[in-house]
Amino acid sequence: MKKNLTKREPFSDTQLLMTITISIFVIMYLSAIGFLGGGFLHFQQVCDMLNDNASLIIVSCGLTIVMIGGGIDISVGAVTSLVVMSCVLYLNNEGNIFVAILLALGIGLAFGLVHGFLISYLEIQPFIVTLAGMFFARGMTTILSVNPQKVSHEGFAALRDTKIEISWLGYTANNGNLIPARMELGVVVAFICLIVVFIVLKYVRLGRCFYAMGGNQQSALMLGINVKKTRFLSYVISGLLSGISGFVFMMHTGAGNSTNAAGMEMNAIAASIIGGTLLTGGVGNVAGTFFGVMTLTTIKKIVVSSGLNDPWWQSITTGGMLCFFILLQSIVLSRRNAKKKAKI
Amino acid sequence: MDGKELLTMRHIKKVFPGVLALNDVDFTLRKGEIHALMGENGAGKSTLIKILTGVYQMDDGEVTIEGRKVSIHSPQDAQNSGISTVYQEITLCPNLTVAENMFIGREDSAWIRRKEYEQRADAILSRLEIPARSTQQLGRCSLAIQQMVAIARAVDMECKVLILDEPTSSLDDKEVNMLFRLMRDLKAQGVGIIFVTHFLEQVYEVSDRITVLRNGELVGEYLIEELPQVQLVSKMIGKDLDELSSLKENSDTEKEEGEVLYEASSLSSDQTLPFNFKIRKGEVNGFTGLLGSGRSESVRAIFGADKVTGGIVHIKGQPVKITKPVDAMRNGIGYLAEDRKRDGIIAELSVRENIILALQVMNGFFKPISRSESEAFADEYIKVLQIKTASRETPVGSLSGGNQQKVILARWLLTHPDYLILDEPTRGIDVGTKLEIQKLVLKLAEEGVAITFISSEVEEMLRTCSRLIVMRDRHIVGELKGSDLNQSQVMKTIAGGKA
Amino acid sequence: MKKSFKNIFSNGLGQLTIPIIAIIILVGFNLFRDPSFFSIEITQNNEGNNVLSGNLISIINGASELAILAMGMTLVTAACGGQDISVGAAAAIAGSAFVKILKAGETISGGRVIFAFLFACIVAMCFGAFNGTLVAVFKIQPMIATLILYTCGRSIAYWINGGATPTFSSSIVNSIGGFIPGIPIPTPVLIVVAVGVIFKLVFHFTSLELMTQSVGINGSAARLNGINSTFIKLLSFIILGLCVAVSGCIGVSRLGLINHETLLLDIEMDTILAVAIGGNNLGGGKFKVGGSIIGAYVIQTLTITLYAMKVSSTDVKAYKAIVIILLVVIGSPVVKAKFGKFMSKLRAGKGTALVKGAE
Repeated sequence: MKKNLTKREPFSDTQLLMTITISIFVIMYLSAIGFLGGGFLHFQQVCDMLNDNASLIIVSCGLTIVMIGGGIDISVGAVTSLVVMSCVLYLNNEGNIFVAILLALGIGLAFGLVHGFLISYLEIQPFIVTLAGMFFARGMTTILSVNPQKVSHEGFAALRDTKIEISWLGYTANNGNLIPARMELGVVVAFICLIVVFIVLKYVRLGRCFYAMGGNQQSALMLGINVKKTRFLSYVISGLLSGISGFVFMMHTGAGNSTNAAGMEMNAIAASIIGGTLLTGGVGNVAGTFFGVMTLTTIKKIVVSSGLNDPWWQSITTGGMLCFFILLQSIVLSRRNAKKKAKI
Repeated sequence: MDGKELLTMRHIKKVFPGVLALNDVDFTLRKGEIHALMGENGAGKSTLIKILTGVYQMDDGEVTIEGRKVSIHSPQDAQNSGISTVYQEITLCPNLTVAENMFIGREDSAWIRRKEYEQRADAILSRLEIPARSTQQLGRCSLAIQQMVAIARAVDMECKVLILDEPTSSLDDKEVNMLFRLMRDLKAQGVGIIFVTHFLEQVYEVSDRITVLRNGELVGEYLIEELPQVQLVSKMIGKDLDELSSLKENSDTEKEEGEVLYEASSLSSDQTLPFNFKIRKGEVNGFTGLLGSGRSESVRAIFGADKVTGGIVHIKGQPVKITKPVDAMRNGIGYLAEDRKRDGIIAELSVRENIILALQVMNGFFKPISRSESEAFADEYIKVLQIKTASRETPVGSLSGGNQQKVILARWLLTHPDYLILDEPTRGIDVGTKLEIQKLVLKLAEEGVAITFISSEVEEMLRTCSRLIVMRDRHIVGELKGSDLNQSQVMKTIAGGKA
Repeated sequence: MKKSFKNIFSNGLGQLTIPIIAIIILVGFNLFRDPSFFSIEITQNNEGNNVLSGNLISIINGASELAILAMGMTLVTAACGGQDISVGAAAAIAGSAFVKILKAGETISGGRVIFAFLFACIVAMCFGAFNGTLVAVFKIQPMIATLILYTCGRSIAYWINGGATPTFSSSIVNSIGGFIPGIPIPTPVLIVVAVGVIFKLVFHFTSLELMTQSVGINGSAARLNGINSTFIKLLSFIILGLCVAVSGCIGVSRLGLINHETLLLDIEMDTILAVAIGGNNLGGGKFKVGGSIIGAYVIQTLTITLYAMKVSSTDVKAYKAIVIILLVVIGSPVVKAKFGKFMSKLRAGKGTALVKGAE
């Protein structure tokens, strides 16, 4: 009774959503080049987007992992901000850059461990736990320093100003000089994070366990997966990535401020969703998330470039874009499932 | 059959708040033995199994495997001890591929070697003749295939003890035979199999021994040859055997034909082809056929549970439009769904709230049923149907399967339907409750209610129905009444006598 | 009523245990620190009226918007199994609509206020219907669906008033945000009571409670019993929209102006927290609106307690977080189970009769 199966395996849900995201991003960027020309043609534009969003990319990776596992972490922005402030203060007190990095990782890890423990072993709802984490981190940031603090560490300034120059992706300025594309170190870190998380999700056992847990927690338990440990680790990883993101953020702005990374968690969630991650869990991947971040940023740049100067346009178009993606995903997925149901 | 003891459980005790689920229960499984575990709902079978699989921890007792004492505190421990389980509900992850489902949770390294896993999975699938590919997303396969992948996983794990908990509920006869062949293969290899099921015929077809539990206590362990079916039933429910035979007699009496209550022509939904159907007052008719033949889909179309795409319906001679459940309800139709967990009970709400639910919907949004009224209703039906529950405010989710089913029956009975559709009302239910439900069906028919009865047990339907509609591949292929109502004629029609 | 009282004592407080314990702890703590903390006095306010004042009053008063939002959020959470994170932004929109009508004319008469309020209600209900449609019709997760309005809601509010933060002055509106002459209790508190009574009446005269719980616990079964899940979910969002409008208008009336950036900022988090502290399952299903109301007052009491301890407003968040964690840890199923085991071991001597046979 062998069924007549087609030769090519149809896309899984994850792959389909990601394909949609990437296609839309490419179309959007190409139309931006076409209609608005100018800045969009230069690779530097892309570099700027990457430079500005390196920390967002990093936390989004963490959030994607957590969401695949069926959870949520709304503390990432606050933790990032706390890490920035802590590292800035530390560096200004005769600190060592390496120790500062360890401090960043340590703070992120600490939050991740506490979140993971409360959510996984005490079975408290993730929203509440990470909400408390967010409150705590924001509060601690202002307790550390209500006023903005700038980094005065020389070694750090050198690090911050280090830029990777890619001359062949540059452009010729009006005065005939060749200006190479400049990319900050933080972007390299972001890409490393992306690649590592990608590998873990696809090729490492723990990564597949995240998917299993998010797909059907009861089943995962019955299949012998240590769900508690898996969930715990997802939050630890997210915390760790928040720590890394904090350091990268500091490398980008060079200052600590209590309003840093405000709303970053929602942007990370939006990026993951646009990239094809389902909040219900079991579906998602970081490549899509990366394009989700790029899509969000591109929209903002398009709005600015097209002369819509009123301050409300950016948010409204971002909201509209989000609405579009959300509806698209829901329609595509429900069509697929309806088709499957009719077959029996 | 090797007589060596493989698994022993001695003096097992398990207590839940207010309930003694298992009291000094012993169980023995030998190598190369298929051992059926039987008992009606509340007997403790499920609890015993969950202790073996690490979901529950026993309060007292000892478990040994191959003579060695083991303590099982988690599913992982169970797996490590060589105990594999395949459950009634699908316990795999629908968003992963078949290959991943087969190996996840037991990989030997942190690195996933995709290609290798896929090849191994394909090898197992083809050996067991399961029509699926390792790269398919499991959620997109049919339920039957998902079940078989779960069994394939257990088989590949070379388990010592294989527990099959109601594995055949969603399988058709061909698939059941495949499963039994597999079980006999494993038996020959020395695996001990614990087979939990409600299908009596299947037990006799494939088991070597039977252990019977009742009310949390061990009734006894028997060799299959020493325990005729009738005796088994009496040990499980302890009821008078005469009652069983009297039930059969009742259903043989001739009935006068009542007026046509419901009539549909060319009724179709997004799940069915157009079909004609009619049923008279006081008639009990059944839908039978293989799995996937369209029985449930047909009645769902009648009830408006699926998207209705065409057809003309008359009730008591008047044309009506039924496109959603509430339309059907307002026209006096009630529907007890096949999957009571998913489509029936509202688990966290009380027995009382579950019972009044359908009636409340029919009364409308602005006419709430008062507290005292709903309490009276609940008490009445708890008494009439003998629903075993601590109180009417107990959450329905904590009741046993059979009692949950009774609550849902009460819900529909409360609406005093003219036409009641029962889809697998006795699935996963003990023999005692099964009989009660069958008796109830006949009683209602006598009172003039039209009833459609769907069951995978043809026996059961022959006992209660006066007319059987046979389906195959979503078509109605036959209608049997009177003297045609016997096993062989039904099988012939299902298989394909008529065009 | 007598029967339900009896039930409370025999079954324990059930869902309301945590919120009530939280209130008791907070109140106890404050009385211990400063026995006169909750004293109430009668003072004269700016308009020369005799009004009640004191910490207790400012707690109950300050929590009004939160309590009203929490009531609506309870319904949405129960029916849809998720949270609406746009309530703050939506309140800003409602407030802007309110102000726009108020300022549309020369004077602000009573009639204009009523009209402005109705307009705000309609606007808020429309946005509620938008969210509700995404959730009920397109089956999108509530948090995701409301992320849209969360992102652009405040900007929409900004746009409604043409990029300004208009102010206005009106004694009528002031009395909504403050005190009605002759009534010593702050008006927002009265409004909370009114909204609470309306909820109770709605539950009494309709089957909304049963339907909502059924839809939230098992949508598929609810549908097969004839319940129109789509309608119930949509209705819950529209009701929340009404609550948003009321809260937004109260917020605006207090200040005499609308600032889209700051009006009820971050209140969505507090609202969800109130619902959770109230013992409601954030995943939907059974609910108790009363729990959420208590939850709102717990949060406000905590904030005021911290202010009284001279914690600065920016640091409050950190302390809030600690208290929240403590509360939810105590209420977590794991801890409760261990506590239950401990208690039953203590009771072991009494010996309860066990029913034989189970699943």
